[in-house]
Amino acid sequence: MDKIKSLADLKKKRDELKASISLREDGDNAEQIVQIKVAMSTCGIASGAKPVMDALIESCSSLNIRAVVTQTGCMGYCYAEPTVEITKPGHEPIVFGYVTVEKAKNLVEKYIVNNEILEGVIPQSYQSIDNEI
Amino acid sequence: MANYKYHILICGGTGCRASKSEDISENFKRILVEKGLDKEVQVVETGCFGFCEKGPIVKMLPDNTFYVQVTSDNCEEIINEHIVKGRKVKHLLYIDPDNKHEVSDSKHMNFYKKQLRIALRNCGFIDPENIDEYIAREGYAALASVLEQNDPAAAIDTIKKSGLRGRGGGGFPTGLKWEIASKNHADQKYMICNADEGDPGAFMDRSILEGDPHSVIEAMTIGGFCIGATKGLVYIRAEYPLAIKRLEIAINQAREYGLLGKNILDSGFDFDLELRYGAGAFVCGEETALIHSMEGLRGEPTFKPPFPAQEGYLKKPSNVNNVETFANIPVIFNKGWEWFSSIGTEKSKGTKVFALAGQINNVGLIEVPMGITLREVIFEIGGGIKNDKKFKAVQTGGPSGGCLTESFLDTPIDYDNLLAAGSMMGSGGMIVMDETSCMPAVARFYLDFTVEESCGKCTPCRVGNKRLCEILDKIIGGKGTMEDLEILKNLSQVIKDTALCGLGQTSPNPILSTIDHFWDEYIAHVSEKRCPAGQCKAMKRYIILSDTCIGCTACARACPVGAISGERKSAHTINQDLCIKCGSCYDKCKFNAISIN
Repeated sequence: MDKIKSLADLKKKRDELKASISLREDGDNAEQIVQIKVAMSTCGIASGAKPVMDALIESCSSLNIRAVVTQTGCMGYCYAEPTVEITKPGHEPIVFGYVTVEKAKNLVEKYIVNNEILEGVIPQSYQSIDNEI
Repeated sequence: MANYKYHILICGGTGCRASKSEDISENFKRILVEKGLDKEVQVVETGCFGFCEKGPIVKMLPDNTFYVQVTSDNCEEIINEHIVKGRKVKHLLYIDPDNKHEVSDSKHMNFYKKQLRIALRNCGFIDPENIDEYIAREGYAALASVLEQNDPAAAIDTIKKSGLRGRGGGGFPTGLKWEIASKNHADQKYMICNADEGDPGAFMDRSILEGDPHSVIEAMTIGGFCIGATKGLVYIRAEYPLAIKRLEIAINQAREYGLLGKNILDSGFDFDLELRYGAGAFVCGEETALIHSMEGLRGEPTFKPPFPAQEGYLKKPSNVNNVETFANIPVIFNKGWEWFSSIGTEKSKGTKVFALAGQINNVGLIEVPMGITLREVIFEIGGGIKNDKKFKAVQTGGPSGGCLTESFLDTPIDYDNLLAAGSMMGSGGMIVMDETSCMPAVARFYLDFTVEESCGKCTPCRVGNKRLCEILDKIIGGKGTMEDLEILKNLSQVIKDTALCGLGQTSPNPILSTIDHFWDEYIAHVSEKRCPAGQCKAMKRYIILSDTCIGCTACARACPVGAISGERKSAHTINQDLCIKCGSCYDKCKFNAISIN
């Protein structure tokens, strides 16, 4: 193992290592950062939600966007799978349907970064009884 | 580096390990490999989450789901449901006792809402056996900046301004302690960590060492640089094998990175650490006794002055700080003394870790800002008294502390308020008692502990405490007189004034504070021969109700001393002179014919 020689050295090392626990820190402060939920039930997975989720994680980390990407159950929009719900801090959650790997990258670059609404928004049509869980 | 989508954090503190949390992580790892998910899910064994009552704890990230009382049989279900299907395993979630709803995010639990974790910042968050996770959380940044500034006096000044006081119990200002040690010149000085946690019920130091050993190593190195010591010693009790193991791993990792040893971070400063094991004597928490024990001598205190800062380990200037004190130090440098001193009360800054125990719903380890009230700690964080019983008293400060009653529930907790209330901060043990606790018996319990732990060097402590214990036995045994109560008070005061070290000087505190707050209970024991809490055996009288007894002879056969007599099919009687109050007859009787007065 290489020895750490200075404060600058240590900071460099810290920045390299930061990614290994950023998922934990972000999970702890989820309200303050972008939350992305990918519907991953049978219908979602069959329509290709897994590569979509990977694409979301990758483009967020390549653009240095702090985001919590989690999977969730079926939201009921089986016709529009894969579906992705994005909650930006201070914004209402928006559900996007028919997400492909390509579109996932666009969502990160356009919606998350520039607030540009893309096609395929599914209007919110339900109320939740419990926000705790 | 693998890009994990999920982290599973499992509590690896001693408490949860006792409930087999090691098996849980093994099982998780095995199932993940079987399912080919081991590249997507990281399993991490962390330090203590604090919510020991509900252990073993498993926390899922990034969605921050907190599973309680998990067994290794649940692993498969958690992976299948939570990881694969993205559904929470509802029956493992914490149930809010107030509204009976499941709570999945620990931030919404009453237990965590009011907590502020500074000393415990990394406990339950990082893998204590991996230095990289500590570095990723700003670890060793404080040390690096202190070394780069190369100004020990300025660093000491930062600690002074932060208002940090010793967390071991006394509350001596840490910055001032460092300053005194730095001004004494010698060819060798020592930085010592007191990890000889001895208060019954207190386990914060163990949890910090198990959950975040690097924070203590970093702080000791900073301290060594400030006072001019090149050697550090950790005095740790041998009963803490897991803490010792993790500390040893951490020390080796720090050495490999060049954060301990010669020429740390190329600054020219040398510092290294060694462990010294204690055999678990309470008095060795006293700094002079601790130093003697490390030197291989008997663990007995000596008169101060000379203070350890003048003549300590091997007669060289030494500085002794407690584990929790050290754990605060890196944060003070990283976030600034202004931030730290903005937390807490006027004279007690920062937070304090408390170990909640006794008749309380949420037993565990908590860290709260100074100035919080006992009511908030006991009823909000602690979830109130078990079985809906009534709160009677809370014992703080261990065997040196005292009992506080309901009238103190709204007093802000800090060093000075607790002292003024007749107790003390101590190391942070908090034992909550309900209405069924007999206070003279509680005092007797603590006295018994001090008698066991007295080193025997000075007479007031060796002989005096023994006598106090005997008088308490007399009172609890129903043979006490009013004169005994007077002797109890006087002797307590004499021991307080004349004992050599902190142990002896504070040993009568449990008696004095219970006398203060529960004088009527002492009187009831002595003059009425009655225990108001119904606990003292000697005051109990078992009586057979002649109307209800059918003469089945079950009680007479159960009585081990032959105190019950009577003809078959007619009411029996108990000979009170022979009765040893064992309760066997009461347990045996199927007709509720025996009553306890």
